[in-house]
Amino acid sequence: MRLFSFSRFLAILAKEFIQMRRDRLTFGMMMGVPLMQLLLFGYAINTDPKNLPAVAVVAENSNFTRSLLTAMEKTGYIRFVGAPVDEATSDLMLRRGEVQFAVHIPPAFAEDLVRGKTPALLVEADATDPVATGNAVSALQGLDASALIHDLKGPLAGLEKGAAPFEVRLHKRYNAEGITQYNIVPGLMGVVLTMTMVMMTSLAVTRERERGTMENLLAMPVQPAEVMLGKIIPYIAVGYVQVTIIVAAARYLFAVPLQGSLLLLSLAAIIFIAANLAVGFTFSTLSTNQLQAMQMSTFFFLPSLLLSGFMFPFRGMPVWAQVLGEALPLTHFLRVVRGILLKGNGWDDIWPNLWPILAFLAAASILALVRYRRTLD
Amino acid sequence: MTAVIDVHGLVKTFGDKRVVDDLSLRVGKGQIYGFLGPNGSGKTTTLRMLCGLLTPDAGSGTCLGFDIRRDSAEIKRRTGYMTQKFSLYEDLTIRENLDFVGRVYGLGRLRGRVDAALDRLGLAGRQKQLAGQLSGGWKQRLALAACILHEPDLLLLDEPTAGVDPKARRDFWDQIHTLAGDGLTVLVSTHYMDEAERCHEILYIAYGRLIARGTIAEVIATHDLATWSVEGPGLHLLSAELQKLPGVDTVAAFGSVLHVCGRDAELLEKSIAPYRARADLHWQRTSPSLEDIFIQLMAGLDNNGAPRKRATDESARP
Repeated sequence: MRLFSFSRFLAILAKEFIQMRRDRLTFGMMMGVPLMQLLLFGYAINTDPKNLPAVAVVAENSNFTRSLLTAMEKTGYIRFVGAPVDEATSDLMLRRGEVQFAVHIPPAFAEDLVRGKTPALLVEADATDPVATGNAVSALQGLDASALIHDLKGPLAGLEKGAAPFEVRLHKRYNAEGITQYNIVPGLMGVVLTMTMVMMTSLAVTRERERGTMENLLAMPVQPAEVMLGKIIPYIAVGYVQVTIIVAAARYLFAVPLQGSLLLLSLAAIIFIAANLAVGFTFSTLSTNQLQAMQMSTFFFLPSLLLSGFMFPFRGMPVWAQVLGEALPLTHFLRVVRGILLKGNGWDDIWPNLWPILAFLAAASILALVRYRRTLD
Repeated sequence: MTAVIDVHGLVKTFGDKRVVDDLSLRVGKGQIYGFLGPNGSGKTTTLRMLCGLLTPDAGSGTCLGFDIRRDSAEIKRRTGYMTQKFSLYEDLTIRENLDFVGRVYGLGRLRGRVDAALDRLGLAGRQKQLAGQLSGGWKQRLALAACILHEPDLLLLDEPTAGVDPKARRDFWDQIHTLAGDGLTVLVSTHYMDEAERCHEILYIAYGRLIARGTIAEVIATHDLATWSVEGPGLHLLSAELQKLPGVDTVAAFGSVLHVCGRDAELLEKSIAPYRARADLHWQRTSPSLEDIFIQLMAGLDNNGAPRKRATDESARP
């Protein structure tokens, strides 16, 4: 026997190519995953988000106020959604994540300005994601007298020179020190659950089919819903163990303040876990072997990771990417978990992000049950 | 006789291949039916259609009095189906597998039933062993135990003894006969002629069609096949020579004996006359074996233009 025979090597080579060509799905995935990464990283990701939604709370409506708000929008970093609101509403909007900033113009702002008393205007920022707000905060703090250039005329012209005639006070809410871990660690809960839950159940039916036990299972009087629930529920327990570990780590290793109700969190988690398991179950009814099931899981996991707002600011992405992101359960779960843990969100606050997960769960379950074959046809 | 299985005109097509083609079947209670035919003749597909694992493209009928299309859930509840490939869980123990099957069927007094099943099949001492570690014979016993646990009225066994040693096969068939004695109907597919001979009746299918049925004596009698046995030296050379003669349809070796068969007895006799004159060869008129008949049946189909199949490969010598 020669140590290396070219013809033996060619035999293996040819066989590998034949097998690769037979498994179309695997080949498609090998081409599709890099392409998807390329497009998502290339087009969707932007770590310098502009046009962040903001709301104004105006105690006094004057020319100065209007000019200031316009100047803020002109930085390109914020965009006021709707008319000014009252304190309570702005607080709610911040808490629910509907806006990233709330700009408060105090009473007698114009009067103090004219008298040279350097009035302070308050900018509240939702700092749960320090990356998303960082540049906008700098831009707002950099506002100076030029913002009021049209209003500082005549006797007020003197205010134009020197230091700004007003002060921008920044109040970072929910994560005052801008600690990245506060944002990442709770988010990780959603990421870990998405990765493991989808993958585990995607193997559930595929494994039965691959090992030949599906034929026996189908020959017995079991209903699809019984199989699906029976296969999903053990993993809900596994998911809960993961949630517990992450919450404990958040609390004791990373000192993340746990503001909200852990009971509410576990309710949201069960819905999210079930949604992912249903996706996995659907994959497992679509794939013919375990490798394909794993690849489908990757195909789902990758956009979830990139478009959900876990790795990159959600509001920095172009509209199409945001629309895609909104369709993924992880996007909503991240808002829920960060809302509960960092902002102390209650039921009413998380509902707008909870029902999309429920809808997703319902859709995935129906698809899984429809796809599940009671026969070997 | 009330029919346990009564189906007409079953058709199943995979792609452009008609695996089961207008198959009609009627079997009675408490009998063992041997389901024979070459590989790819549609045996497994037929069994799967009977127990609701596959939906027939055409045809209708009843199984245990239930419609095979509409009431497959009822049929599944009353039928035990043993798959060709071991299909219980290899990472569960024998007992865990039986417990699982029992719960799926919603059986009461499960503990007692499983104990009884373990005892009956001699599995009690191994109940904590993982199914994946069992040898072929034990796996087959376990599979049988699992499919009779819910006391079905009909057993569909798909090549249950493939790869099992003769002793285990004999035990298995003794079990089957005991079950049939208790009123269970058994439809068992096999390639072994000795097993076919242990059935009350045989059903022979080829290319998805039922082409012969009856008791063994009936099948042999119906297919009036002239058969000679010949013994002597150089049989393999002789076999090739005989095959070319007119009137010789098949020549098959059974150990040190050749079976020479032909449908036309006169022509056959004329053809072999010169060889019968040879002193070193010992010729004898004999009755055909079941295998001779089946090979003949296959050869007949070949003449009708169906694709040639090598039926002899799979059929074991009796």
